[in-house]
Amino acid sequence: MAFDHDTVRRTAHLARIALPQTEIPAVADQLERIMALVEELRAIDTKGVPTMAHPLDLDQPLRPDTVGNHDQREVLMASAPAAEHGLFLVPKVIE
Amino acid sequence: MELHEFSLRELRQGLQERDFSSVELTTTLLKRISALNPALNAFVTVTESKALAAAAAADARRAAGEDGPLLGIPMAHKDIFCTAGVRTTCGSKMLEHFVAPYNATVVERLAAEGMVMLGKLNMDEFAMGSSNETSYFGPVRNPWHTDMVPGGSSGGSAAAVAAGLIPVATGTDTGGSIRQPAALCGITGIKPTYGRVSRYGMIAFASSLDQGGPMARNAEDCALMLNVMAAHDPRDSTSHPAAASDFLRGLDRPLQGLRVGVPEEFFGAGLDPEVAAAVQAGIAELARQGAAVQSIRLPNNPHAVSTYYVLAPAEASSNLARFDGVRYTHRAANPADLTDLYQQSRYEGFGAEVRRRILVGTYVLSAGYYDAYYRKAQQVRSLIREDFRRAFAEVDVIVGPTTPTPAFPLGAKNADPVAMYLADIYTIAVNLAGIPALSVPCGFTAAGLPVGMQLMGDYFADDLLLNVAHRYQQETQWHRARPSLQAGEA
Repeated sequence: MAFDHDTVRRTAHLARIALPQTEIPAVADQLERIMALVEELRAIDTKGVPTMAHPLDLDQPLRPDTVGNHDQREVLMASAPAAEHGLFLVPKVIE
Repeated sequence: MELHEFSLRELRQGLQERDFSSVELTTTLLKRISALNPALNAFVTVTESKALAAAAAADARRAAGEDGPLLGIPMAHKDIFCTAGVRTTCGSKMLEHFVAPYNATVVERLAAEGMVMLGKLNMDEFAMGSSNETSYFGPVRNPWHTDMVPGGSSGGSAAAVAAGLIPVATGTDTGGSIRQPAALCGITGIKPTYGRVSRYGMIAFASSLDQGGPMARNAEDCALMLNVMAAHDPRDSTSHPAAASDFLRGLDRPLQGLRVGVPEEFFGAGLDPEVAAAVQAGIAELARQGAAVQSIRLPNNPHAVSTYYVLAPAEASSNLARFDGVRYTHRAANPADLTDLYQQSRYEGFGAEVRRRILVGTYVLSAGYYDAYYRKAQQVRSLIREDFRRAFAEVDVIVGPTTPTPAFPLGAKNADPVAMYLADIYTIAVNLAGIPALSVPCGFTAAGLPVGMQLMGDYFADDLLLNVAHRYQQETQWHRARPSLQAGEA
């Protein structure tokens, strides 16, 4: 049903996960089982039932727009896998 | 009784009376960790020198006349809470070397009270798991039986508290991750009402479900921790303005007249008979203390697991998009281009269960499936909340098992992800609704494994749950039982 190998490949691409060809059949099988679990939801009558995104009916709070955090470039860059001159290094994007 | 078995109140008294100093207490527990942790694998990181420095600072504060219920008392954090200067791995290769530039609010608040952090506790990767086997740093073992899982995702927290490595720990609960390991390890743990405990600096899994809470050996210790952990935090937009409370105040109230509801749906097929018997005995004890017990229905509870496995992966796929191999995570070697860098880093950095949940989340949110799965699940979430709303019009507390079975052997549920998901069948609805719930030890199986009883309450009834658990623990001894662990065992 839902999880043919193409669907797995397409979903993995959307999620930016490089799934090796050899793993696709096993992943398809597991996703199939999970979606089979979820499938029962379709049969529930939810006509007119509101959606619920969040447990609390809170408004988004606002706070005064004041300067709080100061420059922390060095601390923030310290865990970078590759950095130079205070910038993150990535493979060349523009030729 | 030995030092590692003391409650928070007993520890405070010992510190006040100068029976021992915080440095002595900390040294004792650090020794216990180095002896027992190799067999349990509860700690990912032990921060010995920082701990001794913090203990010395607490002793100095006490010498200067300060006192407080948590001053100088050792603890450890689930490795999902960011700690400045100490790595925060979230149980993942992705964050193996990540040192957060700031402290989580929970970390900051407990440290300000003078608590002494001994290290960071193992967990399922990104809190996704019910057995602690998805951790990149290896599984945690159950102190009651080291061939068994401790539960998850806060398995390191539960095992460390049960084994007496620390008196209390922090945990987080998205679908049962505090209560389920608390039940399987024989300790007490509470998932507070959503919005009680700040999520600032707590690495996000599913933001509308995640909630931090304490894990301890009794309800009073949970209350002492929650008194500090629960507070409004302007840095978390979902933090509730009325988050703070005094959870000790009503702890001793008698249970006379308490209305207890027992949901039929929690005692159906799939419930282990020994677990059922222990929980029924627990309910009988509440009745003996004057509670009025009645049967109730939560008709949509059987849909909770499937609802959760749409919504939680959907939120996770969005939250975990930030781990890209560029700024602070694992990075794949020799990527061909930027897309390849993202894709390879995410494949290598995430374990199989995390990848699986990201894929499910991506799928249910993708074009053409949103209405069929995501929107539908959000509607069923409303129905699940309505069930609780109706029930709490009639009863004060809902009681049932925390888990369908006691601890299971390592490896037993790894072949089928759905079998593992069903370990949380009784805990998930609480997170979907956002109400508080806790697990208390209520017995043992014939094989000597602990059983947990779950108490669920209405929004902001956390204090009532702690009150009921405390009164229960005044008349029962289950929470006092300790596993017998020898150094070098397993």
